[in-house]
Amino acid sequence: MLSHLPILQVILPLLGAPACLILGRGKLAWLFALLVSTLSFCIAATLLYTVYHHGVISYALGGWQAPWGIEYRIDLLNAWLLVIVSGSSTISLLAAQSSISTEITLDKQGLFYVAWLLCLAGLLGILATGDAFNVFVFLEISSLSTYTLISLGPNRQSLWAAFRYLIMGTIGATFILIGIGFMYIMTGTLNMADLAERLPSASESPTVFAAYAFILVGISLKLALFPLHLWLPNAYSQAPSIVTTFLAASATKVALYLLIRFTYTIFPSEFSQFIIPLADIFVALGIVAVFSASIAAIYQEEIKRAIAYSSIAQIGYMVIGLGIGGVLGLQAALIHVFNHALMKATLFMALAGIAVRIGATTLTSMQGLGRKMPWTSFGFVAGGLSLIGVPLTAGFISKWYLVSAAALAGRWPLVFLILLGSLLAIIYIWRVVEALYFKSAADNSPVKEAPLTMLIALWLLILGNVYFGIDTRLPVSISYEAATALVEGRP
Amino acid sequence: MTLLLTHYNYLVVVVLMMAGFFIVIAQGNLVKKLVGLNIFQTSVFILYISSGKITGGTAPILQDGITAYSNPLPHVLILTAIVVGIATTALGLALVIRIKKAYGTIEESEIQQRDHTC
Repeated sequence: MLSHLPILQVILPLLGAPACLILGRGKLAWLFALLVSTLSFCIAATLLYTVYHHGVISYALGGWQAPWGIEYRIDLLNAWLLVIVSGSSTISLLAAQSSISTEITLDKQGLFYVAWLLCLAGLLGILATGDAFNVFVFLEISSLSTYTLISLGPNRQSLWAAFRYLIMGTIGATFILIGIGFMYIMTGTLNMADLAERLPSASESPTVFAAYAFILVGISLKLALFPLHLWLPNAYSQAPSIVTTFLAASATKVALYLLIRFTYTIFPSEFSQFIIPLADIFVALGIVAVFSASIAAIYQEEIKRAIAYSSIAQIGYMVIGLGIGGVLGLQAALIHVFNHALMKATLFMALAGIAVRIGATTLTSMQGLGRKMPWTSFGFVAGGLSLIGVPLTAGFISKWYLVSAAALAGRWPLVFLILLGSLLAIIYIWRVVEALYFKSAADNSPVKEAPLTMLIALWLLILGNVYFGIDTRLPVSISYEAATALVEGRP
Repeated sequence: MTLLLTHYNYLVVVVLMMAGFFIVIAQGNLVKKLVGLNIFQTSVFILYISSGKITGGTAPILQDGITAYSNPLPHVLILTAIVVGIATTALGLALVIRIKKAYGTIEESEIQQRDHTC
């Protein structure tokens, strides 16, 4: 049983989805989806524990040995991501039923959980697999269900956002498919470990360069890296609130994982430099993303949209970490992946709670809510503080590691720019805090606190933000080990 | 030049890929966008399948006296990719129907106009 955990991780939500369809009704489907997601999280945690203490797990699908069969390969990097993704799915699902009760009609609620579990299965599949073509298949499973989830949003704009994401996402996935095809043509293999062995001998070929270029652009589209981020603000602001919580905490992280995996594991490190200064391009794009998206966030009236823009900025920080490179830069990116999942889930969860009670998340509609829904509003403040990077929150740790990575690399202008970017975050978070606590509401009718399940999920996230801002042993040690293994090219 | 003539299917791939990509970007009609997306994906299918051909190779069925076989793996991969493509198109068309119901149009410019006016 234990040796089959890598495949169970993916199969469980994949089979759970049709089972959810049979259960049909809203509440029952919700409980079942929550159960499946919790089990996935337990499996991911077990996998992380096993990998941390006993090293890489390789699982041959159907007993066909790699490189002929499909291999699932769990190392620290993807075990870490598996925990993040399944964890954020579980926390969001806990709050899902209360949140969608006002946004999605009852007859569609069962189907909502089917799409959710499929999305989870796809994301976990991308992480677990050690086969390049499998990545494409799982990417499409998760993408198709994501489009469905987004289109379930309350306004008609959600349909348009989903369609645009479908076009962009499919182009991105097809680019990745072309890249994988080129790699297969050059090496005759699809197994990632095998590719890493065989690609260096073909490294002179322009085909390999083209393969890397296609994959890079395809992943950047999925990652919403500036300037390929245009789909994200619409998709995140129009999707049902709880879907945004889940996607913001998981989907872009998985794309970042692919970027790291392809850059460090599959294409050997000397290779990632090719003829173009890739690291510098990453840093430059990251900085532009931080500033353009943060400034755009400041001018948004719809807060869900502002926080979506802030997501693009945070992705910028992660990519800056990648661009700085080395163990420290990579570690900073990996720590921020975890902390960003925590803080963005907190922020969007608080917004989801507000959306349930007052039906909108615009700045004016949120005025004076600090007194009416103190528990929910505090969630936004806590997430915001963490986003800015105030000490004793998780966000401080990621900023600290990012800044020290830049400083140790001797890139002082970069340190300055990162800190300046945080100041912008203060502005767009402060606007909301001001509306919540220092403006009086237009009408003084009382508003109830967010539903209990949402409050529990929200406060778990707040505690996570504080806990991982003080006790950093877990993310720091795991990200350090994972980064060292990647940089040194250990299997 | 002879390489281009003997490997003309790769030329077809490039032409289809660019044509499809152009349609996706340039067309304002959502159904036409999906058609372009389909052409774009199909070009990649041809790219994969072309790579499976081995000069002088026969169909990959074990037989005495034959040493060179074409590679069947790309076909299998593309079978999966075709299914993915169909699913994408189906979902895209379903969204177009919903958009038509909600907006009364499937032209990109008109949809954006209607979003801004209300």
